[in-house]
Amino acid sequence: MKEVITQSPESRASAKSLRWVFPIVICASVGIASLLLLDLAKTDYAFLAAYTVLQFVALATAWNILGGYAGYVNFGVAGFFAVGVYTSVVIYKTLQWPLLFTIPLAAAVAGLLGLGMGYLTLRLRGVFFSIATLAMSVVLNTLVVNWSFVGGSRGVYILHPETMPFFGTYARYLFVVMLTLAMGSILIARFIENSWIGNGLAALKDDEMAAECAGVPSLRMKLFATTVSGALLGAIGAPFPYFITYVDPNSAFSLTIAVNAIAMPLIGGTATWLGPVIGALLLGTLQQIATVTISSALNLLIVGVLLVFFITVAPNGIIGFIRDMREKRK
Amino acid sequence: MIFSFDLFSNAIVSGVLLGGFYCAVAVGITIAFGMLDIVNIAHPAFIMAGGFIAYYCNTYLGIDPVLACVIAAVPAYAIGRLLYRFYYLAFEKRGEESLQGLAFFFGILFIIEVALILTFGVDYRFVEAAYIGPTISVGFLAIPWRLLVPLIVGLAVIGGIMVFLSKTFIGKAILAVSQDPLALRLVGGNPVRVKEIAFGLSIATAIIAGALLIIIQPIEPSLGRDFIGRVFAIAVLGGMTSLPGTIVASMILGISESLTTTFFGPSWSPAVAFGLLLVALAVKPAGIFGR
Repeated sequence: MKEVITQSPESRASAKSLRWVFPIVICASVGIASLLLLDLAKTDYAFLAAYTVLQFVALATAWNILGGYAGYVNFGVAGFFAVGVYTSVVIYKTLQWPLLFTIPLAAAVAGLLGLGMGYLTLRLRGVFFSIATLAMSVVLNTLVVNWSFVGGSRGVYILHPETMPFFGTYARYLFVVMLTLAMGSILIARFIENSWIGNGLAALKDDEMAAECAGVPSLRMKLFATTVSGALLGAIGAPFPYFITYVDPNSAFSLTIAVNAIAMPLIGGTATWLGPVIGALLLGTLQQIATVTISSALNLLIVGVLLVFFITVAPNGIIGFIRDMREKRK
Repeated sequence: MIFSFDLFSNAIVSGVLLGGFYCAVAVGITIAFGMLDIVNIAHPAFIMAGGFIAYYCNTYLGIDPVLACVIAAVPAYAIGRLLYRFYYLAFEKRGEESLQGLAFFFGILFIIEVALILTFGVDYRFVEAAYIGPTISVGFLAIPWRLLVPLIVGLAVIGGIMVFLSKTFIGKAILAVSQDPLALRLVGGNPVRVKEIAFGLSIATAIIAGALLIIIQPIEPSLGRDFIGRVFAIAVLGGMTSLPGTIVASMILGISESLTTTFFGPSWSPAVAFGLLLVALAVKPAGIFGR
């Protein structure tokens, strides 16, 4: 008996570190494997297409931290994303810092926005929160349109070098940056999900009143979730100007981004970190194929139809559907 | 920024006219969102659909846009009823309407929008009618017919709905269901059927609002997104369930947008509705006429 007591903290600690090491090893190997695989294509296009898909993986995961775990539907994804984009543009025009230093700053600005947004709106009922985030996005859009320093509605060109030391082409570099951001988002989401914060957020989602009565510090947790989610969304926006090289309000506040970031987690399943990843990989790849072979207008139709279909048939997404099937078999 | 009394009073007048149009836009969302608790975020997409029905009927069949949409409102009412029935069976019955229902209408929004893009393209479309060009001048005030017609029709629509709700049996049932669906069931009413009728009405008003929109300005399919914020701003400002509140909120929004456009330029006007909404949500979430 004594042995168990003395040993258990150590074994628990090692289990905890294993819980961390394992996903990181998986992430790293998936990353290297995809890099090698994409190199087979021998063109930059493969990297740019993969960047787009990974961007959606990251966005869907980041959105899910607030929307999936806490049940607060953020319609202002494009706003947070654009804050990252324009932080990057401002730094490009003033300080000329490299992208790697821009990302944390974009995350900080968007995180602060998330915190402020949370203070303003989180006491509202869920639907009002959604509408308020949409409102925030449009107000930001209007500010950017009228801000001539960042190009206003005309937009602004961003120049980047053709090549990058260690990475070869700049497209490969951008791919690695986005891969890291996507992996980072997934790890953070997974950590939150498994921690007491995730449990608290899940309790809020089920019944906010009951959770509060049970002593869950609901407002603080929701503020944490909006801040982290917002910061990640902003960080994902930071490399975007270098990716498209010409930024205007329409592309930064793009509808495609707003829709996909919400539709992908819902289609994949919002309860776990894996759902948004599956949804984004599936839908993102499908859209890439559709854009190349059919048309980009059809992209949104695909998302819309799939969203309605999945919401109706499998309300808990692909993950929930698989889980239900398994339980039925038992 | 040049300030003059002429400019100011003209801005107020066109704000009131615009507010009349917003009444038609927001009455449906007040019914669906405020009274029935259905977060139909696709409402603006139905407005755009109405606009394009008006465009089609006007350009190819030569029918007056408003008349076309008043006729089209009948099938739209039926579609609305069907849509609610589907929504009820898929979400409301299972008690999953909050997140899933929101996402459902979000999907509908894009399906309608892309369908319009694929049918009509992304160009701006406009209609022709005798009342679109001319303007009435009263002293230094200029009242364009293209804004006066939407004001009249908008007020007629919201007035008609108000009379319907307060005078008819089914209208009273809708008001009852908005306050307490369970109580209605207890006295022998069927809340699902009542909500179905109310939602059908909501969609029908959206189609008419679309005709008014295309009279005011040329439209393209994705324009509807600009109205998402506006309709919800009006609904929240107006206190969600109150139709007089909707009228007052529509006027407030119309006037503040018109003043912004006149004195700061049209590029600032999208922020007005949302700014008002954010302030309203932060200061008094219950709205002006909220209970």
